[in-house]
Amino acid sequence: MAAISFSGVKKRYQKNDVIHGVDVEIEAGEFVVILGPSGCGKSTLLRMIAGLEEISEGTIAIDGTVVNALEPRERGCAMVFQNYALYPHMSVRQNIGYALKVAGMPKGEREAKVLKVAKSVSLDPYLDRKPGELSGGQRQRVAMARAMVREPKVFLFDEPFSNLDAKLRVAMRAEVRNLHRSLGVTSVFVTHDQTEAMTLADRLIVMNSGFVEQVGKPSEVYHHPASLFVADFIGSPAMNLVRGFFGEDGYFRHGKGGMIGLPGLAKAHLSREVSIGFRPELVRRVDAGHKGAIAAVVDYTEELGASRLVYARADGSPIIAVDGGNDPLATGMPVHFALSESDIHVFDHSNGRRVDHDGRPVRATTSVSA
Amino acid sequence: MERRAFYRNPVLPWLLIGPQLLLVLVFFYWPTSQALYWAFTLEQPWGGGNSWVWLDNFIAIFRDREYWATVVRSAFYAMCTTGLSMAVALFLACFVDRSLKGTKLFQSVYVWPYAIAAPAAGVAFRFIFAPQSGIIGSINQIWPGIWDPSTNGVHALAMIIICHAWLGIGYNFIFFLAALQMIPRSITEAGAMDGARPLRRMFDLQLPLIAPTVFFLLIMNLISSFTDSFGLIDTMTEGGPVGSTEVMVYRLFIDGFRGLDYSGAAAQSIVLMLLVIALTFVQFKWVEKRVHYN
Repeated sequence: MAAISFSGVKKRYQKNDVIHGVDVEIEAGEFVVILGPSGCGKSTLLRMIAGLEEISEGTIAIDGTVVNALEPRERGCAMVFQNYALYPHMSVRQNIGYALKVAGMPKGEREAKVLKVAKSVSLDPYLDRKPGELSGGQRQRVAMARAMVREPKVFLFDEPFSNLDAKLRVAMRAEVRNLHRSLGVTSVFVTHDQTEAMTLADRLIVMNSGFVEQVGKPSEVYHHPASLFVADFIGSPAMNLVRGFFGEDGYFRHGKGGMIGLPGLAKAHLSREVSIGFRPELVRRVDAGHKGAIAAVVDYTEELGASRLVYARADGSPIIAVDGGNDPLATGMPVHFALSESDIHVFDHSNGRRVDHDGRPVRATTSVSA
Repeated sequence: MERRAFYRNPVLPWLLIGPQLLLVLVFFYWPTSQALYWAFTLEQPWGGGNSWVWLDNFIAIFRDREYWATVVRSAFYAMCTTGLSMAVALFLACFVDRSLKGTKLFQSVYVWPYAIAAPAAGVAFRFIFAPQSGIIGSINQIWPGIWDPSTNGVHALAMIIICHAWLGIGYNFIFFLAALQMIPRSITEAGAMDGARPLRRMFDLQLPLIAPTVFFLLIMNLISSFTDSFGLIDTMTEGGPVGSTEVMVYRLFIDGFRGLDYSGAAAQSIVLMLLVIALTFVQFKWVEKRVHYN
């Protein structure tokens, strides 16, 4: 087990910065998921831990040792690659045992260890096959076994499930989770799949175009997104974001003359352009006569089985609501929504950051060492 | 997936393949058939008829101990040239593949020697290796007499081997580099994570994965060293000193055009041709069987 700490880590290709200074502490034994859209620098960050990518500025330390100048083999990390990167000319046995062979472990000891690890991921019947003769899921297991056999200080996963089908992905997710529970090795997992991220992570690092947007527990990131980007990125369907401003009269003005009465919030957010955000599942459908109801017109609905998504428009601002009712809703029909002030997030539009209801802005890495 | 083109005009296809066919007929099949005919006949040096002697020419050369010495020398020459050329090319290709600084430049620079004609390279290397004035010859000023390819047969053979190997490096380099770049980067990275150093990765991961290319180049280089050495030897040593650089292709030239033994030379060229055909056959047979990894 080892802690990893980033301080001021930057990555520059020629003159383009792709990672703009990352300061994060990963605790020993933690399972951290780096989440972000493609091209946000998450894989680059992972490869910098591994030593496959040079660190342009700043330092990465594993277990207190700065590893900037160390070769990959000296860092004690094992990595599972996106395309598995198995050695195609070697059998499963040789693939798993290669690291041990390179390390000069005697043959008997090596074989025993390979067998033990292969058993733990139920690969023992396939030890003499070549990777080309295995299914996607089995290859994935070989890649994991190859990482496990070295007993590394840190596991690195680079979008390991992106080539698997949905069902296998769920199964592998559980397997990785169990693996982490039983071995307790510090793990860093990169993905663009938020479900994968939410279910696996002890803590999430949400990245966007080379910046860390937020670091925190999955529930924290979900319930208290630190920026407009996180609010929009996490959650499916995405959070409703309505742009406008608060007036002295306690009303939030948006779209084409739309007004939402939020007297409790208005005072703290006067005199700046903001977006208010609220989760579709927290939007309630109410009767027309309900006090403070927001009148909207249905665009279309999506049936999900247990519930349905209502896509509506209130004075030009789109609103999505999760609705449990089953009354017929057709395009153009009026609907009414109600919101609780406590469910509303406010983001400053000038910098995209969250503003708490006492008016104080929120920093990016609120819960770094929580 | 068979694709065929049909021509309404029966003459057109012949016109299209005509130029190539003509070249092959005039410069390959006709001389080959002539050599075959000569190899089984005894030609008089001043012309005037020849008589059918069956395998006498072959028996004569196979009974000649000097000929066997030439064959052994050729084999040694082929192995050394091929080994040296491929080893250096692979070494350079590995460096370029690791994309060290200046990769783009080296990629083109290494290929240039392949474009140099053998006799031109031979003349250049004769100067480089000249014992009196050449760059390598300058070590004679420190240790007099340590380098002299004009009297020392070993030196002369080494000189030609180095020159031939150098000429082939460019060709080998392109093929090695292309093969190395076909290997997914992540495989070498996985090797690095598994603790293997660059040299170890080369032997354990890269070489097995480019085995088909290695085999292809091996055969191509062997063929080249049996046949293409003529230009170098003729300009640099003319087979000397005392026949120490006389390989099969050069001996058949000496016997035929200096010794005017056309029939013996023709038999030798048939032997050489069979050797090259055999190598090519092995190449076709094996390369197609190789497993290709994706």
